[in-house]
Amino acid sequence: MLKFFNELGVYFILLGKVFKKPDKTKVFWQQLVFEIDKIGLDSLGIVFIISIFMGGVVAIQTAFNIDSPWFPVYSVGFTVRQSVILEFSPTIVSLILAGKVGSHIASEIGTMRVTEQIDALDIMGVNSANYLILPKIVAAMIINPILVVISMFLGIFGGWLACYFTGLVMSAHYVYGVQLDFRGYDVFYALVKTIVFAFLITSASSYKGYYVEGGSLEVGKASTKAVVYSSILIILFNLILTQMLLS
Amino acid sequence: MIEVKNVNKSFNGKHVLKDVSTIFEQGKVNMVIGQSGSGKTVLIKCIVGLFEPDEGSIFFNERNFIGLGFKEKKEIRKEIGMLFQGAALFDSFNVEENVMFPLNMFTEMSLSEKLDRVNFCLKRVNLENVNKLSPSELSGGMKKRVAIARAIAMNPRYLFCDEPNSGLDPKTSILIDNLISEITKEFNITTIVNTHDMNSVFEVGDNIAFIYKGLLWWQGTYLEIMDSDNTELNDFVYATELMKKIKKK
Repeated sequence: MLKFFNELGVYFILLGKVFKKPDKTKVFWQQLVFEIDKIGLDSLGIVFIISIFMGGVVAIQTAFNIDSPWFPVYSVGFTVRQSVILEFSPTIVSLILAGKVGSHIASEIGTMRVTEQIDALDIMGVNSANYLILPKIVAAMIINPILVVISMFLGIFGGWLACYFTGLVMSAHYVYGVQLDFRGYDVFYALVKTIVFAFLITSASSYKGYYVEGGSLEVGKASTKAVVYSSILIILFNLILTQMLLS
Repeated sequence: MIEVKNVNKSFNGKHVLKDVSTIFEQGKVNMVIGQSGSGKTVLIKCIVGLFEPDEGSIFFNERNFIGLGFKEKKEIRKEIGMLFQGAALFDSFNVEENVMFPLNMFTEMSLSEKLDRVNFCLKRVNLENVNKLSPSELSGGMKKRVAIARAIAMNPRYLFCDEPNSGLDPKTSILIDNLISEITKEFNITTIVNTHDMNSVFEVGDNIAFIYKGLLWWQGTYLEIMDSDNTELNDFVYATELMKKIKKK
């Protein structure tokens, strides 16, 4: 328990160093653009594949499970939309990004630590935590919601593709279900969750990488821990935010 | 000039530096020697501010580094250049970007001025036409030279070198040693080199401090080492049978 509070304290001290005015604003913007490209655009492929298949699977499962005259056929489109917007896109995509981006951040910063590159920054007088971590956090908080919105469209499209090719639901019924009783607040809720998850993924992974001690073995362990911590935090905050925003 | 006064440092109850006091002079290559685990790296890290000493003071030309805030320390740090054991070049940058990094962070120079300065520094360390290479494409000696170029990019008043010859062949080691010595004299820098390579000590060491079990055990010039009857110093310097025979002669 004492170790947990000690780690929590060190994490908040690190955040205190991160959220300072950058040493050079121009360099910060350059880093930000670079990180948006690395975190966001490099993840487009995996988001595309997961979202399409996720939507397709939800559509097929729903269609099989509501095989009853009491449920209208358009329920499939409605269920796919609600599942994808409320849960699958923000949470599953964030969990996938925790694996891809989180491990990358922890290993990148961890390697810089064990090869003394962070010491080199500190000796030059650069706030290494701010220089390395702030652009990653800000980039993820900007690009992840965009990825999630793309995922929402792709997920719903994937559901339509599954219905169309399997012939379980007619295209017009599916589209009617997708449009039925749409609430903008659901998208707002999903985006708030995504922004919080983006912060958790990048800050927790950076923390694990920044305080690595040892060599390449420890960098590997830090990378694994970064994914585990980020995933647990996502699940935990998913519950908290859902209670706060939807109750 | 850097003055270290009564510096103590412990880790988890282990007293690593014991009341170390010394002066590192300007325009000279000051060598810190000692066995592995003697505390020389901890001393260097205390001086550059990577470790906070438990007690004592460190003066950079009469400015006490200990107890200063981040902003005040930052001003002194801009005057420091450091060559790390593994060079510590930024992997994501090429050679030119590595050397230009401190200029980007701390100066308002135009791109052409920065490029001129980068090329001057690279030429000074005898490296040309390597600007666009990444650190992974460089040999160990070239990496060290790029790291020296980065260290001198901001015209430092103080240069720290941690094991500059580790992993290098004897010939390249001499090149790096001579380069450090030449730069020290040319720009009148206070240079501190942490090493256990006795070839370097005899080649370019102007002032040598021997650390033994966390204590400053002996200090003098390389000529004085030869005449010294300090047992611990002689055990370290003349560790091999060959060196012992040379000492006897």
